[in-house]
Amino acid sequence: MAAIQDTRDRVSALGEKYKYGFVTDIEMEYAPKGLNEDIVRLISAKKDEPEWMLEWRLAAFRRWREMKEPNWARVHYPKIDYQDAFYYAAPKNQVAPKSLDDVDPKLLETYKKLGIPLHEQQLLAGVAVDAVFDSVSVATTFKAKLGEAGVIFCPISEAIREHGDLVRKYLGSVVPVTDNFFATLNSAVFSDGSFVYVPKGVRCPMELSTYFRINASQTGQFERTLIIADEGAYVSYLEGCTAPMRDENQLHAAVVELVALDGAEIKYSTVQNWYPGDENGKGGIYNFVTKRGDCRGRGAKISWTQVETGSAITWKYPSCILRGDDSVGEFYSIAIANHYQQADTGTKMIHLGRNTRSRIISKGISAGQAQNTYRGLVSVHPRAENARNNTQCDSLLIGGACGAHTVPYIESRNPSARIEHEATTSKIADDQLFYCTSRGIGTEEAVALIVNGFCREVLQQLPMEFAVEAQKLVGISLEGSVG
Amino acid sequence: MLEIKDLHVAVQGKEILKGLSLTVGAGEMHAIMGPNGSGKSTLSYTLAGREGYEITQGEILFKGENLAEFAPEERSAKGVFLALQYPVEIPGVTTMNFLKTALNAQRRARGESEFDAVSILRLVREKATALNIPEAMLKRALNVGFSGGEKKRLEMLQMALFEPSLAILDETDSGLDIDALRLVAEGVNALRAPERATLLITHYQRLLDYIVPDRVHVLVNGRIVAEGGKELALELEARGYAGLAKDAA
Repeated sequence: MAAIQDTRDRVSALGEKYKYGFVTDIEMEYAPKGLNEDIVRLISAKKDEPEWMLEWRLAAFRRWREMKEPNWARVHYPKIDYQDAFYYAAPKNQVAPKSLDDVDPKLLETYKKLGIPLHEQQLLAGVAVDAVFDSVSVATTFKAKLGEAGVIFCPISEAIREHGDLVRKYLGSVVPVTDNFFATLNSAVFSDGSFVYVPKGVRCPMELSTYFRINASQTGQFERTLIIADEGAYVSYLEGCTAPMRDENQLHAAVVELVALDGAEIKYSTVQNWYPGDENGKGGIYNFVTKRGDCRGRGAKISWTQVETGSAITWKYPSCILRGDDSVGEFYSIAIANHYQQADTGTKMIHLGRNTRSRIISKGISAGQAQNTYRGLVSVHPRAENARNNTQCDSLLIGGACGAHTVPYIESRNPSARIEHEATTSKIADDQLFYCTSRGIGTEEAVALIVNGFCREVLQQLPMEFAVEAQKLVGISLEGSVG
Repeated sequence: MLEIKDLHVAVQGKEILKGLSLTVGAGEMHAIMGPNGSGKSTLSYTLAGREGYEITQGEILFKGENLAEFAPEERSAKGVFLALQYPVEIPGVTTMNFLKTALNAQRRARGESEFDAVSILRLVREKATALNIPEAMLKRALNVGFSGGEKKRLEMLQMALFEPSLAILDETDSGLDIDALRLVAEGVNALRAPERATLLITHYQRLLDYIVPDRVHVLVNGRIVAEGGKELALELEARGYAGLAKDAA
């Protein structure tokens, strides 16, 4: 048992290991604290939005005031005072830089420190990046090259001004304004995020990526992402997130909507590494996120892959509406919860069309005092002839004080449906650790090796450029320092 | 190479080894035989440094150093290798990746340069061919779904790769049919070398038909009760452990 204790100690030493915890000292512009219609108007005005957008936001805000915060998830946190936060924070004079040369060097330096160099020649080959700093997008790379292929990749604030028709047609069409408390709040106050449109028959020539950074204190981040793959189009998109170490809890309530038309495919990957709080559970991001994809056309495919290692609380269920006949939804997830982190995450696969197929692979890893819940819904509607689902839910426990929970809901209203659900719970066994150490592999490296083996099927789904990073992150989240 | 003096080992407060002494020189092959519960596996785990095996008295010297001061991975880097009776499964970790990680960790600990992927692959292939291990097996998850024979052959492959100074083979013959046994024995014999000491821990005499030891020690109830040449194993087969234990008492 001592080996397990040792692992647990090493794991708990991790609080000091969050290397993205620094703060950028930059002059900021804030909206006044609190939330009311004037704040909503101010955000809209800051973004120079058309009237319809403001009306949309105001309707959401009025609705939100009538709504109650959900409490069904297996997460616990003190009541959030929504009036005690800033809803808009932006680096001064950074609202619309024309090119990278106009971007504040401090911001460029920040992203460099985060391992995201924004100068195009330094970027990973074939990855275009949109960098969102608190409430604004500060840079988007490779726009011209993408433009040649007809792909639109820009901050959503810019898309609202310049591609209004597209945004108006699709915004809120997957996650309605009234969907849930956090999504409605986001609809009222969202500040920035990415917009992607891939036209008919185009295979997006590079990976797209958005990097979200929360910097300002007492500030929520409400990003909004909308991705549309037109008929036969393909796009692979990755988001990454970090935040400074602070004693306070900060709210991150994002909405992501994906629309895949006939024969289109969207692959959406997340490496979420928000500050998780310290080893006593103080501070950290509340990650309350609504992500949903709509396979709107025949044979469309949407695939979610997530590696969730950060955040004090994760409340997130990336889902697929399988509306088109023969459409396919996939959800691959790794959720690591350590110390006092709480994760309640999973997916919803809504089978509406005929011959729709979905696949769920969830790997939950719990350590320290953490609680990790998989919550999923597979729903087959009467019209969905021959729907197929396969779910595999595995939990791995490190130490004796953490918990793993699996809450699968299955609803089938069509007798031809075939739904499979498999679940396992295991511990890193003493004999596995001893086998590794007796062959020269130190305990920390052994834990990383075993956990990465446990997650392998999911890691394989990530775009190559990020798989190695994610593998390292899995190791770091659980190891403490190697060497 | 290995000198064990008056070793007492307790597991969860219960004394299992009760004053075991044993010396194995370089180039020698020693067999330790004993009935179930005599402390054979306790001895092998203690040598490898497994947690929970507490040395309450006595010492183990390996190349003159007190082995108890080192963690299992340090012992491995110093040249101690334990082939397990029941090799452990690690899902999702390919055998090749495991071998590479282990070999490089040992080299790193010794201050040697790590092997790159290509040279490791070449090395592993060469050793694997000699043990009749197909390439496909190296791509499978470590020990997952392996037959008893495959697991033991993989242990032999690790021994061949790590080239330990002290190899401890714990019940390597258990669960093997005669063909697999012969193959494993060939592997062990091929690795006999003047600079290597081998401790063969076994329940049955059967293995010693294929691997001829220099010395045989009989372990009963935590102590060595008889020692001799290879003929002792045959005597044991004829009279049983009970007879020997009676003589020793």
